[in-house]
Amino acid sequence: MLIMISKRIGFMVLTMLVVSILLFLLLEYSPGNVAVKVLGPYSSEEARQLWLERHGYFEPLWWRYGSWLGNFINGEFGDSVRFRVPVSEVLWPRLWNTAILGFWTFAIMIPLSLILGVLAGMREGSRLDRIISVGSIITTSVPEFASTVLLSAIFVFGLKWLPGTSSMTSGFEVKQMILPVMVLIIYDFGYVARMTRASMAEVMTTHYIRTAILKGLPYRQVIMKHALRNALIAPFTVIMLQINWLLSGVIVVEFFFAYKGFGALLLEASLNQDIFVIEACAMVAVFVAVASQTIADIGYTYLNPRIRFT
Amino acid sequence: MPDSVTPYDGPVLEIEDLCLSYYTRAGEIPAVVDFSATLAPGESIGLVGESGCGKSTVAMAIMRYMGSNGDIVSGTVKFKGRDMATLSDEELRQIRGSEIAMIYQEPMAALNPSLTIGSQLIEVPMTHDGVSKEEASKRAIAMLADVHLPDPERLMEAYPHQISGGQQQRVVIAMALLSSPSLLLLDEPTTALDVTVEAGIVELIAELSRKYNSSLLYISHNLGLMLEVCDRICVMYSGEVVEEGHIDSIFSWPKHPYTHGLFGCIPLPHADKNARPLKAIRGQLPLPHERPQGCYFGPRCDFFKAGTCDQESVRMSEVNTDDDPAHRVRCKLWNSIDHDAAIPMGDAKPPAEIGETVLEIDGMQKYYEVRDTSFAAMISGKGVRQVKANEKITFRAGRGETVAIVGESGCGKSTFAKVLMGLEQATDGEVRMNGIDIGGMPVQSRSPKQLGSLQMVFQNPNDTLNPSLTIGAQIGRVIKKFGVETDPVKIQERVLHLLDVVKLPRDFAIRKPRQLSGGQKQRIGIARAFAGNPAMVIADEPISALDVSVAAAVTELLTDIQRENQTTLLFISHDLSAVRYLADRVVVMYLGMLVERGTTDEVFSPPYHPYTEALLSAVPIADPQVEKRRIVLEGNLPSALNPPKGCPFSTRCQRRIGEICDNEPPPVQFNADRHGIACHIPMEELRKVEPVIKVSDKKPDPAGATP
Ligand SMILES: Nc1ncnc2c1ncn2[C@@H]1O[C@H](COP(=O)(O)OP(=O)(O)O)[C@@H](O)[C@H]1O
Ligand code: SF4
Ligand code: SF4
Ligand SMILES: [Mg+2]
Repeated sequence: MLIMISKRIGFMVLTMLVVSILLFLLLEYSPGNVAVKVLGPYSSEEARQLWLERHGYFEPLWWRYGSWLGNFINGEFGDSVRFRVPVSEVLWPRLWNTAILGFWTFAIMIPLSLILGVLAGMREGSRLDRIISVGSIITTSVPEFASTVLLSAIFVFGLKWLPGTSSMTSGFEVKQMILPVMVLIIYDFGYVARMTRASMAEVMTTHYIRTAILKGLPYRQVIMKHALRNALIAPFTVIMLQINWLLSGVIVVEFFFAYKGFGALLLEASLNQDIFVIEACAMVAVFVAVASQTIADIGYTYLNPRIRFT
Repeated sequence: MPDSVTPYDGPVLEIEDLCLSYYTRAGEIPAVVDFSATLAPGESIGLVGESGCGKSTVAMAIMRYMGSNGDIVSGTVKFKGRDMATLSDEELRQIRGSEIAMIYQEPMAALNPSLTIGSQLIEVPMTHDGVSKEEASKRAIAMLADVHLPDPERLMEAYPHQISGGQQQRVVIAMALLSSPSLLLLDEPTTALDVTVEAGIVELIAELSRKYNSSLLYISHNLGLMLEVCDRICVMYSGEVVEEGHIDSIFSWPKHPYTHGLFGCIPLPHADKNARPLKAIRGQLPLPHERPQGCYFGPRCDFFKAGTCDQESVRMSEVNTDDDPAHRVRCKLWNSIDHDAAIPMGDAKPPAEIGETVLEIDGMQKYYEVRDTSFAAMISGKGVRQVKANEKITFRAGRGETVAIVGESGCGKSTFAKVLMGLEQATDGEVRMNGIDIGGMPVQSRSPKQLGSLQMVFQNPNDTLNPSLTIGAQIGRVIKKFGVETDPVKIQERVLHLLDVVKLPRDFAIRKPRQLSGGQKQRIGIARAFAGNPAMVIADEPISALDVSVAAAVTELLTDIQRENQTTLLFISHDLSAVRYLADRVVVMYLGMLVERGTTDEVFSPPYHPYTEALLSAVPIADPQVEKRRIVLEGNLPSALNPPKGCPFSTRCQRRIGEICDNEPPPVQFNADRHGIACHIPMEELRKVEPVIKVSDKKPDPAGATP
């Protein structure tokens, strides 16, 4: 187990390194481009050369990569072109906001989709199963922007219960969180619920569930003790991958509700060619992806004694 | 006893006219029709029949557990006088697992993979007897000791996949017995296990059911096993009981043509592939919705009489012998059939001539290197260890000869086959095929001719058939690959010829594998193996996944083709009955070592290697006239990673003579020219051993045998 974990983490670091090299080559290979992006298209050639000189862009490529990476690891991502402040000053608060959004989404979605998935898979083909299955297919197939518009129309313009923007200009307000969280949940819960249902339904047909029933255990115990543990192994992995999905999934929602989160930052940065913000955001996104995958793998191994003890 | 308040002394189980159906998209499938049986306390009753005849369905119906698409159509199941159909879900739950318990065919699948064995065991007393966790653990540990599992405390913490198949089945048995049930349902409890393990489990079940006075309903397709475990037996065919009665009367005087047919399919000690070959029952079990009018067995019956057998459905008739009043049979003509001559037997065939040596194995070794990635192994530097899968194998096989390789699973039989086929390379020694050493020659470097001359038939034909190609195309490809024919017309001709040879209709050439039954697929496997006119065919457990009748047909087919083509056959099997029937010579392996070799007669009679002796004793024989000496091996096959230093068999040997067995590899002693035994016991001693099997020659007198 220990070896497996260290292997996984090693692999994760390696992936991050490879991605960072690719990213570096893509964005910083030709210094001229960087200067144009930082100083703008109308800057003079002299100014660009001067800037490049000052920032060490005439060093050999590998040296530049080394110091770039070193700065990254220390959290020095350079200055944002648009905001004129160090990138980290913009990045961390934005990331924190998205984490809050993600937390609430997960806190509601995971229990909801697991419970519905288990209920549906427990008695395959029952009416409850059909209702849940059809419901989750419909909600998943509605694109985020559509449900965003629809929910806004109902709650903001129709019932006037909720505010239409979530920019939190006057401090954090729970009311402003409701709509973005709702949109994300509606989009994603069906997927996790369907995975859980499939896994549960499969477990219910296994021989060991038959054994448990024919042992005379109360049905509750058959489900809670014998079925759930096996049925939740597969959804666990899926849930971990949802964290990754969330980072890109939030772009639409954050943009629409003017929520100052990571997704919105990424979007703004791309539109403005804010090169150092893009670099930082990309590395964060990759880190989250690789880390959640690693945790998923380790967790899967831990949950599955057939792999854990061999 | 957690029984009902008033002591109940009637039959434990009364089943009357039970009809069971499954409902599928194709409509209602009447899986079981009019099944009746009564089981007294402590009695054991057997259900036999080909797969698909409804045995498991009956067992599940007794538990009232028919799955989502099954249902009890009519009839009653009474357990201790109470009609199971009237019980509420809660009452049913209280009976399941406490008064009626079940043991399943695949123990690995029956145990929950992510719960410890302990937690799966203690639930039973906690649920049914309401005891505390500590008390339940105590009982579970005691029960694990009762089923002869070593180190019960540690086992409680283990997960199912960490123990062997035989041990898993013992755990399932322990689970079933924890609440001392009055009725135990066993659905093929040993079919997935090795013979020696089976023998241990069977003895355990007998011992414990006596101890707890449980009644048994024992399901199996193995008639020999039935004879050892049951008092009474029901022979089922296509959802009906066709014959029932006391075990002795059914085995000594079977009355139904189907029962006769079953006996004709199994290789009993007196069967002989030349003088008295097996005879398969022709045709196939009809699907439940395609049953014929009148007697369901009609289309396959040798005594079928039009106008009598194909009219109204056949009822059970009393056979009315004095010693077994319960003997009943579902046949219109049972009274007019000459039962002494009724056991079918194939026509005698000329024995094959054994020609010059084709295969010569000389000191062959195959070691595997395994990497141990555990922390301890890394620290101690023993990261790489050797598994001695085959150690110093030496024997010869001649043209047209059948050599059987026997031993428990894990003894290195399949590794040996892989080396011959070139899928693995021998580590040392020589494997000469027609004088050429092929032991180190991988498949890729063998010529088409070499490949074609050495072919294999597998246990599971699915593994080698391509599901998306027609049968004809697959056989044709093999013919082309081995350069037998190149002209497409000739290839097609040969494909059709091969289909004739394996006795399949020619239009099978255009079918896909999924349209074939298991037996038919195995025939295709044989056709493919013989496509390249091989000098030698290796058959790795070719019949062990098949039903008795299908197995008999495939066995006969294999011997006929072999005889005709003078092919050398290497028959790998753990089924000693089949081996005795088929083989000219036998090689017995244990833990990668060859422990005994000789002609079939030499190996099957004293002097034996102690392991051969134990194997022989473990095989159930479906003949009441056979007397067997019981030897039950204790313990498991040792790990090949860590074999005993001296004799490989020393950890389980029933004749172990002392320290010398543990410390020194035994020498090979020769009893006759090519009959060698690797054991420290002097040959004179081994010669004095009594035969394991004794056949009394005269049939017991009908009046004499009483239950
Ligand atoms: N769940 C099921 N749905 C439909 N048909 C089934 C089901 N289970 C068994 N059957 C059919 O019922 C018949 C009896 O099956 P089974 O009781 O399993 O026989 P056995 O145990 O003797 O092999 C077979 O024809 C089989 O195909
Ligand atoms: S009733 Fe007729 S067809 Fe059926 S088993 Fe008897 S003799 Fe054969
Ligand atoms: S050498 Fe010893 S342990 Fe091995 S088979 Fe002979 S008697 Fe048994
Ligand atoms: Mg069955």
